[in-house]
Amino acid sequence: MNIKRIRPVVIKEFRQIRRDKRSLGVLLVFPALLVLLIGYALNFDVKHISLAVFNQDMSPTSREFVRSFSNSEYFDFTYTVERYEEISALLDQEKALVAAVIPPDFSSDLLAGRNATVQVLIDGSNSNTATTAIGYINAVVQTYSGNVATTALARYGKEPYVPVSLQPRVWYNPELLSAKFLVPGLIGFILMLSAVVSTSLSVVREKERGTMDQMMVSRLQTAEIILGKTISYLFIALVASVLVLLIGYVFFDIAIRGSFFWLYVAILIFLIAALGQGLLISTVAQTQQVAFIISVFTTLLPSLILSGFIFPIRSMPWALQLLSNLSPPKFFLIALRDIILKGVGPSAFWDQLVYLSIFAAVTLGISSVRLLRKAE
Amino acid sequence: MKTIYHIVVKEFIQFRRDRRMMMLSFVAPVLQLIILGYAATTDVKDIPMAVYNQDKSATSREYIRGFATSGYFIIEHEVQSLAEIDPLIEHGRVWMALVIPPDFSDNLLARRPASVQIIADGSDANSAGISLSYASQITAKYSRDIVAETFERTPQAMRPAMVNAETRVWYNPDLKSRNFMVPGVLAMVLMIITMTLTSLGVVKEKEIGTLEQLLVTPIKPYQLIIGKLLPFAIIGVVDVILVLVVTRWWFGVPLRGSVLLLFGMSGLFLLTTLGLGLFISTVSKTQQQAMMTAQFLFFMPFIYLSGFTFPIENMPQGIQYLTFGIPLRYYIVIIRGLFLEGVGVAELWLQGAALIAFGGAILTMAVMRFKKRMG
Repeated sequence: MNIKRIRPVVIKEFRQIRRDKRSLGVLLVFPALLVLLIGYALNFDVKHISLAVFNQDMSPTSREFVRSFSNSEYFDFTYTVERYEEISALLDQEKALVAAVIPPDFSSDLLAGRNATVQVLIDGSNSNTATTAIGYINAVVQTYSGNVATTALARYGKEPYVPVSLQPRVWYNPELLSAKFLVPGLIGFILMLSAVVSTSLSVVREKERGTMDQMMVSRLQTAEIILGKTISYLFIALVASVLVLLIGYVFFDIAIRGSFFWLYVAILIFLIAALGQGLLISTVAQTQQVAFIISVFTTLLPSLILSGFIFPIRSMPWALQLLSNLSPPKFFLIALRDIILKGVGPSAFWDQLVYLSIFAAVTLGISSVRLLRKAE
Repeated sequence: MKTIYHIVVKEFIQFRRDRRMMMLSFVAPVLQLIILGYAATTDVKDIPMAVYNQDKSATSREYIRGFATSGYFIIEHEVQSLAEIDPLIEHGRVWMALVIPPDFSDNLLARRPASVQIIADGSDANSAGISLSYASQITAKYSRDIVAETFERTPQAMRPAMVNAETRVWYNPDLKSRNFMVPGVLAMVLMIITMTLTSLGVVKEKEIGTLEQLLVTPIKPYQLIIGKLLPFAIIGVVDVILVLVVTRWWFGVPLRGSVLLLFGMSGLFLLTTLGLGLFISTVSKTQQQAMMTAQFLFFMPFIYLSGFTFPIENMPQGIQYLTFGIPLRYYIVIIRGLFLEGVGVAELWLQGAALIAFGGAILTMAVMRFKKRMG
């Protein structure tokens, strides 16, 4: 291998990239723009749950109970219905997510010291939102019960108390802001996509046009061609990642708690692994069409769904937990969250970097062998 | 009519010759739906936690048992000092740590409030939020039991009344996220395959110059467009059938709405993705450009802003307006409604109309651009 011979390949590749202004713009600027847009849009926080109330007991007590829902910031009291059937229509049309049915004897029961049961209907189609909503409902109802108990006990001169109270302390992201945990994930997602797609296409395009054969018969070695091709895309992806981190810092207040050195070591190893996957695809595909479809199907949705970006890997069936090891963003994300959010040192994530390096070595090795065999 | 037929036949011959392409068009969506359908679960269970129990009493152990038997938590570490907790959370070994003070049982026996500290790793905000809500539910239940025990000894008249919430979950009673996610994955897989095939198919001919050859023949532009789109529409319909079958019978997602409506709406959705594919091909010179445009300008924003995982109601107002321009948004509402809720035309006509409007607009725009190039 000769460094001097790699240079012209890099220069040639850059010239080609520069000529296609739109692709270059998309690769450089778009990742940052997407982080900006998506960072604002993505939010798991469940607020403003639309609530329908069927109050069969029109008493001050029941109205006060309803008010305890609308007083919490989580519920928007949107509908009052007169008949039970109206509830199913509201839930069907997704106008209300939660409906509370207050029985006619609600206040008389409470006054007589009997327990009252309120029926709560929830649209469970989005189980994530529904689970959170159930938590809020229980909290509101328990607080109300607690108040009722307090007044009742006070009448008998007894002091009420809550036996066990929980004091949560959340580390790294005390307000549990979605953006803080999603933006590092987005970085991995976007870098993965641009790196895999651009390398796989750049090689296959030359194959399709026959220019790859020209390069093969030149004095260049396969490794030199591969290096030359990947270095240029590596460079673009690195610039894009700087822009993305900058956007994260300026707009989402995501400061890097850990060391920049390790951050870039992780990004570099990850990019090499992604480029390796792209190269491997390019050795399998004969046409750009096939290359792109394989790239999209192995990166776009897997880095979203299989990487732990949004869906916790621990909750997946074991076969998929195993399969998730084929997705480089999985390891990168762990390292990235460790460095950006937790600010911990390499002792916490060195194993992830080792996995990524193995992935890179395997994919690059196989693609070199495949390209070499073809060259001979 | 005949001309169109010949173009369609030509496309299919080409398609059949490229075996790998054929495999990918049918196998990739199915495979991806099966794999990702299992992976896309927001259920949080088996949360690894550490316990630092400074009060080694039967009372505190009973409280901890509430966590262990809830099904949500797995106690992986019992630590002996606060200092041991830090590295466990830093290295991601546990997501939560429960710290029970030394005077826990003494306080409870003396009827004084006891407080328990819980430390959560917030770097995965969603899982942390859900874990915390489970923890507080377990604690609230434990508290309630203690209060109830106290009142057992007081006369009936003195017991305070309680309000209970009896929750009933509709459409998805077990709160399985799979039933919610699989239809969403279906919609995305469908969009990706049909949009990619269409945009690449047309640009490819442009790039290698065969489109120019077709243009000098007496084929009229509309015949060419229909002839080019029809094969992709047929592949799309086959893919629709495949992914719907997988969703219904492989994953067992209940289909509560009408099958006919499902196919009709899926057809309308295909109209929009084919239109978008054609549109991308008219604004791109090379396949690479087409792919970059499709991927970054369409797939990514569509996937994130469609309401697939992130509720649209939570987005800022400006971005919510933006989502109205995303056909995937309407289709996801339709398909979830039909599968889970069994809704009908009355609830879905608006979504269907939006798909028709979008499909019509984008197809007209694409055809006009296509014609202009030809003229």
